Parts: sequence; C-alpha cells; structure tokens
Amino acid sequence: MESSPAIAVRDLVVEYGSRRILKSINLDIPLGQISVIMGGSGAGKSTLLRTMLGLKKPTSGEIRVLGTNICSAGARQLEEMRKQMGVAFQGGALFTSMTVGENIQLPLRQHTRLDENTIQIMTRIKLDMVNMMPHEHLMPSELSGGMTKRAALARAIIMDPKLLFFDEPSAGLDPITSAELDELIIKLKESMNMTIVVVTHELESVFKIADRIAILGEGELLMVGTPEEIKASEDPRIVGLLNRTPRQVAVDVDDHLRRLAGKAVEPGIPDEAASPDEPGVPGESASAKTADGESANGKSGNKGAAEGQ
Amino acid sequence: MKTIESMGNAVLSSLEQTGRTLLLLLIVVYRIVQPPYQFYAIVRQIYFIGARSLSVIIISGVTIGMVLGLQFYNTLERFGSVDILGSAVALSVLRELGPVMTALMVVGRAGSAICAELGIMRISEQVDALECMAINPDKYLVAPKVIAGLISVPLLTCIFSVVAIFGGYFVGVVLFGVSEGSYINGMIDAVVWSDVRLGLVKSFIFGLLVTLICCAKGFYIHLSKSGSLGAEGVSYVTTDAVVISSIAVLFSDFLIGAIL
Amino acid sequence: MNKINIQLVTGMFVVFGILSFSYLAVTVAGASFIEQPGYNLTARFTSVSGLRPGAVIEGAGVRIGTVSSIDFDPESFEAIVEMRINEGVLVQEDAIAAIRTQGIIGEKYIKIVPGGFEELLTDGMEVYETESAISLEELVSRYIFQTEG
Repeated sequence: MESSPAIAVRDLVVEYGSRRILKSINLDIPLGQISVIMGGSGAGKSTLLRTMLGLKKPTSGEIRVLGTNICSAGARQLEEMRKQMGVAFQGGALFTSMTVGENIQLPLRQHTRLDENTIQIMTRIKLDMVNMMPHEHLMPSELSGGMTKRAALARAIIMDPKLLFFDEPSAGLDPITSAELDELIIKLKESMNMTIVVVTHELESVFKIADRIAILGEGELLMVGTPEEIKASEDPRIVGLLNRTPRQVAVDVDDHLRRLAGKAVEPGIPDEAASPDEPGVPGESASAKTADGESANGKSGNKGAAEGQ
Repeated sequence: MKTIESMGNAVLSSLEQTGRTLLLLLIVVYRIVQPPYQFYAIVRQIYFIGARSLSVIIISGVTIGMVLGLQFYNTLERFGSVDILGSAVALSVLRELGPVMTALMVVGRAGSAICAELGIMRISEQVDALECMAINPDKYLVAPKVIAGLISVPLLTCIFSVVAIFGGYFVGVVLFGVSEGSYINGMIDAVVWSDVRLGLVKSFIFGLLVTLICCAKGFYIHLSKSGSLGAEGVSYVTTDAVVISSIAVLFSDFLIGAIL
Repeated sequence: MNKINIQLVTGMFVVFGILSFSYLAVTVAGASFIEQPGYNLTARFTSVSGLRPGAVIEGAGVRIGTVSSIDFDPESFEAIVEMRINEGVLVQEDAIAAIRTQGIIGEKYIKIVPGGFEELLTDGMEVYETESAISLEELVSRYIFQTEG
C-alpha cells in the first residue's frame, strides 16, 4: 500500500494580479524523502514554495500538507500545521535584534512552557547539529553567509518538524560551504526522518541530495522523477537546464540594427542567413523560459522560436 | 485629465490605507488578549519608545516652558497682569502644548524608527518567518509597540508638562522677578482637574494614533503603492508615516479640544 | 543592552512618569483622591453663570473649600451648588454665599461672607443667603437702558 504523500498539490493555479505564474500544477512530495524543486529563474519555484507554506493563496486548486488543505485552512488549523513545518528562508530571515541562540529559541518560548534549562539544552543540541555551537551568542549581522544559513536551519528544526523547507540553500555560498550544507540536509533526513523540500537551481547539490526531482518551467511542471530519470530525459528544455546551455537567440540583422537605432521592428522580414558576426543558431532555443514572465515582443519575423531580449 | 485621475487614485489609496490601519488596530486588540502574552516585548518597546525619548522630551519641555514664560511675560506685562504668568504657562502646556509637542517628538524619534524597522523586517522575510513559525506577527511585532505607545506617550506628556512648567518658572520668577507665590499659586488656582484630564485624553489618543500609523506603514510596506521593496521603499514609507502621523496628531488635537 | 538593564530603566521611566502625573493632578490641579476632611453644604442661586465644578470657595480671601457639583432644579429654575467646605471652617447660619469674579475677566468663585448668628451650619445644610453671579453684560445693558429711559 502506497503511503500518502506528505504534500499533495492538485491543479494549483497561482496568479499575481493578472499574471499567471503557476499553471495547474500537480505534484506529490513523498514522505521521508528529499524532494528538490528546480527550474530556471522566473519558472515559479518561489511562488510554489510560498503557496505550500500558506503565505500565498492560490487562485484555484489545493495543496494538502499532511492531509489538510493549507489553502483553505482556518487560522487555528494553519497555526497547528505550521508547528510541524520548519522553514529556512533564502536570506536566512534571522531576527536581527536577537542573538543566534535567541533566534533559535523563539519558537520554544512562544509555543511551549519548557523551563529555561531545557530550552538552553535544546538550543545547543540543534546548534551542534549544524556545527554552530561556538557562535551561540553572536548577532546575525556578525555571521558569514554560511553561518547565517546554518543558523536559519537550526531555527527551522528546533521544534523537530515533520516537514522542512529550504529556499535556495546554496545561494551565495562558496562550493565548500555549499557541500557542507548538502551533507547537513542528508544527515537531517536520515537521523530525524524528515520530509525535506528544497528549492534550488544549484545542479551539483540537486543530484547529490535529491531522492526526487520536480522541474518547473514557465509555470508548468516539466517533469517529475528520480535523479536518474531526469538525467535520462530527452526533453530539450531539461537537457538545456542540466547542461547549462545558454539560451540561444536567433537574430535578424536588420531587426537588430533597427532596434539599436530605436525604431520599431517590422514583422515578416524575408529570410536571411545569420551574418558571420552573429552567432545566431537556428532552431529551438535550449530553454523556453522567459525572464519573469514578460514575453519579449520584439520578434524577428523569421525562423522559429527566436527570442529578442 | 491625468491630474484628476491621479488625484482620484490618491484619494482611493488613502482610503485603502486608512481602512487597513483601522483593521490592524482591530486585529491587534483581538490578538493581544490571547496567550502567550508578550509581556517582555511590551516592556522592551516601552523602553524604546518611552525611556529613550526622555532626554529629548525633557530638553524640549524645558525649552518650550521657557519660551512660553518669555512670550507670556512680554504680553502680560503690558496689561500689568504678570501674576497670572503661572496659570498662563500651566494651562497652555497642560491643555495643548504638552500633548502635541510630546506626540510630535515621539513621532520623530520613535515613530520613524518603528516604521523603518517593521518595513525592513517585512522586506527581509522576517515577517514571513514568524508566520511560518506559527507566531502571529500582529501579536508579536505590532501589538507590543501599540500598547507601549499607549502607555509611554501619556507618561512622557506628564513629564513634559512638569518640566515645561518649571521652565516657565525659571524664566518668570528667576529671570524676570515675578513673585514665586503668584506664579505657583496662580497656577494652582487656575488649573483644574479637567485641564489635566484633557491633556491626558489627548496624549492617550495621540499615543495610539502615532504608533498605529507608523506600525501600519512599515508593516504593510509590501502593499504600498511605492512598490519598491528596498532602501528606497523604506525611506518612502518612513517619511510618509512621519508626515501622516504628525498631521493626524494636529487634526485630532483640534477635534478633541472641540468635543471636550 | 541586557535584559535586566532594560527592565530597570523602563521601570524607572514609568515611575518618573507616574510621579509627574501625580504632581500635576494633586498639586497643580488640586484633585484629591482621598476625600479631605470637611463637610458638605448646598446653596441655591438664580444664576451661576461661569461657575464650574472644582471652583474655589473663599472666605476672607483664603481658600476654604471647593465646589463639588452644580445641578439644575427645573421646578424652581434655580442652580443648586454642592460645596465641600474644609474641616474646621465655621459657617454661620446667616452667612452669605456670593458668586464673584477674579479680577475683571477672571474665573468665577464663591465668596463666603460670615454672618452674625451663633448657630453654625453642619453637614448637609443649606446656605440660604445667596448672591448670584453678576454678569457684566447685564450691568452694562441696565446702565444703558437706565440712562436712555
């Protein structure tokens, strides 16, 4: 019998104003595994994460976290659910007026009636798990990038949540620190049996830690599967993503010159081979994603799938 | 045509913001009575809003008192009524200048800081972090500030009034030789409880207005029309908060004075 | 700033504030939270124009009491003033309670002019002899219309 997923996303549609960011997503996050959500910039990863956390209400669809629909949950229900979720935000989001230790303790102080001693011990246990013990009394402004992430992680797990969310853990980190963080994530899953959702676009980390990968592209789910399945995919968008191929732009010389001169572009320009100094490559661009949903309207009238930007 | 359109937008936006601010007040009231109670957070905010404003309040209080003493003496001397200097200074301070000046000082000192702090917290996802930890940001962040304002501003106003009266005393009695007895007794005779009460009511309302407006501006920075969620956005809402709360103070000063 | 320091300073601030408030309320405004020893007398006036609760009651130029409250009697169309007289102040049965103005444009107060009787008024009794507030406009208009007529 299949165990029900930790998170079940069904027909999720999310809009910001008139822009449709997520277009009917269907996704399962399995229990007790590390799931990675990847995608290029503007694909909708952060939006998906925020909706899963209940920070954003979708236009339609539902997300069942541990069985309860977080999109329609009442305030009390939401509170109870959130006590079982831990979140490490992209910038850490540590409270700058408190020390690292105080940051980590905050959920304990607010939600439990534990005595001071126990709180201190639990704090130190989590600090130890993330190798931050000597830094308990530092202020967030005194921490390096890696230390900030680890502190944020410690705060996320202080209440021993069932679900852990990690928004761009490797952003801005050097490779070594990033690798250490990866180890940490794996250790957490194994030792505490946590279901972990990581949103990232750092390829190395992805294949190191992921049990399942979901790839978003332009608000749609391109593919979901194990790392091996993803690697074997022949979808050009996914291949391009994995191979870090820059988006190729086919450029019409005349259009380009006109654009440079500030004049409007005329469609339907007759076919012209790319001139020697333009590295334009015909055919589909490696990834069909556009930067933050604004489609470039300056199309050259020839060859397919060309984007001006 | 565009001017009218932008004026219309401005009105709508102001209405929207006012509504949001009032809603925030209701939410704060609703939340603060639910455990866990934020006692220490409130104390900390009273320290920040009240105790740290003490030096500013005392200095400006003495100064205003001295200015009043000077100006009233000047005028009263021509009518030969300098012995009511005490009552003149005391009444002006207790009924008007005490509450208003204190509130304006607090706006400048603490109000702008509150707005900026909440704005930056919102931008750096600290507010989101609180929500995800099942800690209600209205209760944890905003409510203590509002309550602290409600407590601190009246206290600061009383301190302001007292030092202002002494400022006037210094100018009138020490510098200009008005008799001490007539200053003090003139004051005691003329001032009644309803004067003190008026000043107190004003200071409570001002305290509420100032903290609420500055909190709302910063807390809802992500909903503001300025759009930019960065340093520019923060400076925009902060200056806005200072201006709006100052005007609110002055306007409600008139209203309260008219009603009471 | 550690925890204890903040709480200490805040506490001091609050105490300072409350002391200021008490100074203002009690010393300056003369509000009394404990009822001062004394007794109550009433007096009726045809006009108390300008007199306010809390106004001073004077005898021989010295403050001997405070106006507690002012009510209206619709049947006799008179104002009923409750006066709180300080302990130890003796008011004769035929004493006069007159409403006077401080200076020309000052506030109204009640002046108690002593009478000659030996009997004294005690708590709850009424001062029968009263002089109502003199209004400047009435005086002037009386003068004007007198000279004209």
